[in-house]
Amino acid sequence: MTSTPILSTAGLRKEFRGFVAVNGVDLSVREGSIHALIGPNGAGKTTVFNLLTQFLKPTSGRVVYRGRDITAMAPADVARLGLVRSFQISAVFPKLTALANVRVALQRRAGFATQFWRSSGVLAALDDRARALLDDVGLSAHAETDAADLSYGRKRALEIATTLALEPDLLLLDEPMAGMAHEDIGRVSELIRTVAVGRTVLMVEHNLSVVADLCDQVTVLARGEVLAEGSYDEVSRDPRVREAYMGSEHA
Amino acid sequence: MDARRTDVLPDVTPTRSSGRPALALGLTLVGLAVLIAAPLFVYPVFLMKILCFALFAAAFNLLVGYVGLLSFGHAAFFGGAAYASAHALKVWGWPPEAGILFGALVGAGLGLAMGFFAIRRQGIYFSMITLALAQMVFFVCLQAPFTGGEDGIQNVPRGHLLGGFVDLSSNLNLYYVVLGITAFGLFAVWRIVRSPFGTILEAIRENEPRAVSLGYRVERYKLGAFVMSAGLAGLAGGTKALVFQLATLTDVAWQMSGEVILMTLLGGIGTFAGPVVGAALVAALEHYFATSSFPVTIITGLVFMACVLLFRRGIVGEIQHRWRR
Repeated sequence: MTSTPILSTAGLRKEFRGFVAVNGVDLSVREGSIHALIGPNGAGKTTVFNLLTQFLKPTSGRVVYRGRDITAMAPADVARLGLVRSFQISAVFPKLTALANVRVALQRRAGFATQFWRSSGVLAALDDRARALLDDVGLSAHAETDAADLSYGRKRALEIATTLALEPDLLLLDEPMAGMAHEDIGRVSELIRTVAVGRTVLMVEHNLSVVADLCDQVTVLARGEVLAEGSYDEVSRDPRVREAYMGSEHA
Repeated sequence: MDARRTDVLPDVTPTRSSGRPALALGLTLVGLAVLIAAPLFVYPVFLMKILCFALFAAAFNLLVGYVGLLSFGHAAFFGGAAYASAHALKVWGWPPEAGILFGALVGAGLGLAMGFFAIRRQGIYFSMITLALAQMVFFVCLQAPFTGGEDGIQNVPRGHLLGGFVDLSSNLNLYYVVLGITAFGLFAVWRIVRSPFGTILEAIRENEPRAVSLGYRVERYKLGAFVMSAGLAGLAGGTKALVFQLATLTDVAWQMSGEVILMTLLGGIGTFAGPVVGAALVAALEHYFATSSFPVTIITGLVFMACVLLFRRGIVGEIQHRWRR
């Protein structure tokens, strides 16, 4: 690896009541890459995501972001450093409009988050920026729609717009294509490719054709451990990876 | 809905706008006009009792309706502030405005201390911690030398407002002062809910992990709302001490926490007018059954059951819901 990693872990381990979900994972994400975390069900992918963003605290091991140990940090503070995650279940604020969803993300840095004595009308100042972000993900026609009423694919697009509002350096996307219709997959893939320009993306994904198409680097997890790492072509030729996937398909 | 939230609460969506701003404004103005004329027809002390409880319930609703946290310890803020105001007015001889403000600050301070421990838990655990901490406040009030034990603090002087300008021993004068305080408190709740801060509270209520992942330190927002709710409950408690010239253990007992839950639930959780309607109804029930031999707690209990079984959105919540369909 030539450039320094933007995010790395050393000996990351997580136990739940004696069950080892993640066992000694050393991960290294290069700045500017689209990096996929794949593996059969129960491999610990989502747990690793939760550990990286401190939504879960590791039993042992360290997480280093831009040379800084973030292992003991609160999840909100991790987000403030520019490491922003999405969730497997689409993470929108359902009863807010799409526009308001994006505004919530913009509010904190605009200094509008703690003002309890002013009318929420002042948030209109953020509308232009929020509309531009919705436009980027193709949602400008749905700005006034409640997030709950958006289709699944559009919810994911809204989620990405909301995440981008924070101008993150590193995006962590947890199964962005999960449960998505075929036409949506193409659109969201394109979207991820666009937003990855000038950013780093780490994504958990089950759809291997998406991974092959999109990602520069692939890490394969199985039973909480790193099985293989490299380009998609490299790991897909690895017999152990094939076995892990075949094994899970027959199960 | 959301399993992290307490199952005790009915599944209601707080209303941030009625959808008809002109109608809402009109109703508010009519309500205000009625309240200004009311003491000509109804005993002012009874009206002031309603106003104090309306403010108390509105403060409680700020937390339960808009943050989704069911506190079972709001009597600590109401009663604690009543004691603080009564002490400041009677022993220190403070003017009424300073005494009430002191009560509100004590309420907010208690809220900060209790909230610090409570907001880390959710659902029924949050409710139990607030109840336990409020019981500690109760025992302090029972045992501490300055609270008068079982007697409470009696004969609190009402004094003169604005350096002797307005004589508050007149019930009518005091009524308009209390009306002003309540209107201010209700406006504060209205403003907080419809502020940029209120938007973040709503986002946290809707999807807390997502709010965290956007960099919001949700505990601070919850604590902020908790302190505001406690401070406004304290404002109500301090005002109550001035009106009745009395602070007693009743104000700080757990039954008071239960009563404010009843008022809010009856009127409609998460509605602006609900707590006011609920407070008026409960106070009226207690007033009219106080002279009868029939125990009033049975009546309020039956009303509570009817509310839970038949109209879980509460009176105002149910009206708004049907109106919108």
